[in-house]
Amino acid sequence: MDILYLLIPLSVIAMLGAMAVFAWALDRDQFEDLEREGQRILEADNDAPSVDPDQRGAPSGRAE
Amino acid sequence: MATSVSGTARVYTDDPVRWFALASVLWGVVGMLVGVIIAAQLTWPELNLGIPWLSYGRLRPLHTNAVIFAFGGCALFATSYHVVQRTSQTRLFAPGLAMFTFWGWQLVIVLAALSLPLGYTQGKEYAELEWPIDLLIAVVWVAYAVVFFGTIGIRKVRHIYVANWFFGAFIIAVALLHIVNSAAIPVSLTKSYSAYAGVQDAMIQWWYGHNAVGFFLTAGFLGMMYYFIPKQAERPIYSYRLSIVHFWALIFTYMWAGPHHLHYTALPDWAQSLGMVFSLVLLAPSWGGMINGIMTLSGAWHKLRDDPILKFLIVSLSFYGMSTFEGPMMSIKTVNALSHYTDWTIGHVHSGALGWVAMISIGAMYFVIPRLFGRELYSVKLVETHFWIATIGIVLYIAAMWISGILQGLMWRAVNADGTLTYSFVESVAAMHPFYVVRTLGGLFFLIGMLIMAYNLWKTIAGAKPVEQAIPASA
Repeated sequence: MDILYLLIPLSVIAMLGAMAVFAWALDRDQFEDLEREGQRILEADNDAPSVDPDQRGAPSGRAE
Repeated sequence: MATSVSGTARVYTDDPVRWFALASVLWGVVGMLVGVIIAAQLTWPELNLGIPWLSYGRLRPLHTNAVIFAFGGCALFATSYHVVQRTSQTRLFAPGLAMFTFWGWQLVIVLAALSLPLGYTQGKEYAELEWPIDLLIAVVWVAYAVVFFGTIGIRKVRHIYVANWFFGAFIIAVALLHIVNSAAIPVSLTKSYSAYAGVQDAMIQWWYGHNAVGFFLTAGFLGMMYYFIPKQAERPIYSYRLSIVHFWALIFTYMWAGPHHLHYTALPDWAQSLGMVFSLVLLAPSWGGMINGIMTLSGAWHKLRDDPILKFLIVSLSFYGMSTFEGPMMSIKTVNALSHYTDWTIGHVHSGALGWVAMISIGAMYFVIPRLFGRELYSVKLVETHFWIATIGIVLYIAAMWISGILQGLMWRAVNADGTLTYSFVESVAAMHPFYVVRTLGGLFFLIGMLIMAYNLWKTIAGAKPVEQAIPASA
């Protein structure tokens, strides 16, 4: 089962990569205002014609 | 605010989305037709017709490649390009490269459809294509990654929406899996040998096979789920926080569960047990995600009654929940001793493939395609018909496979008092026949549903011009 010496380190590296990306996301405040982010896709978008225009709040959290 | 258009730079890049979306419907019909043909061949072997390139052994990989990589793949390309633009409020990065991914992917599909029936194969399940096609896949996939992550890079919304995390993980993981598993030494243009031998190759193969299910067939389609369910229900996801937890828990757990495909083989016992434990752990994030998606309708359940597109999307989640419960259960070694190598596995795969992957894709295509052509759906009634015929088809299929699988497992393990086997193998084959008839019928139902969809969408877009959608102006 020598192949495990490839697969386990490979998977560990992949996990470390995922942790690095998670740390990056935390650092960039990606998870700051979560409930707001769930709402956003229903707002500033023109392929949902039935979204009430009055509910479209002022856009926030734009790119720096 | 959403309708001001000033010049072409202010509209989304929807040509690749349109092409991929239509291609996914076409390949869905083709792949499921081949599925019905091979189901019929298993029931009535004479249907091989004595023609080598129509034989089950060659058509089966054609079916799996067509439904997973052609139908599912095109649906993933279409929806990821659609979603990443809308949630980032920007055009696709490198639109030319995005069109290259379309034509490159279609070339892969056509080459698969030619080479597999001709008998060219690497013999690795879900990775049968020979090395020149594997190289083409790698090139297309790198282009896909450049377009997708490039678009994330030029996003106008600071937050990266959760669906993009799922799509991004799917793209990276599939690249890694494909490159490692397809490593081979070519001896000619049409023949190569795997870089790994014996049980090493089996372990690599199921590391690939398992994670392909996890990242291609699960993470990618969860990306679809987290965008299209809120959009169609016109409600935000039940708990956005839980969706983030769902993503990271899935990412950190999935990779370790692969050995459950190799219970009772030459794989070390500790590795098998490790795979089983992680498989059981996976139940938690999977069900968290399912509940999160379904509860999006909390307080608005009436929408489910009136909206067949939402029915597709929500019922796909209940199949997701069902197969992610069944999977961990089948990974328990004592259960696996009965279920492995039987039709139960085939039933499990199809409750995931038809119930989850196909239904979420179908729902997404019904959402996306009319909008891309500025039309209303030709007939909502036909969507309703499609939903019911597809659901009945799935139930027939998986119920038949459950019964035949357990029957097979029990017949194979039955021993007489003197230790000899109670049944010969061919007796178990004969016992399968009625269930194979039902399975063929279930598949036929699902295919008919797909044909109804193709007709409905054809009538929807016939004569319509592609519609450019404006990117909402920055405030």
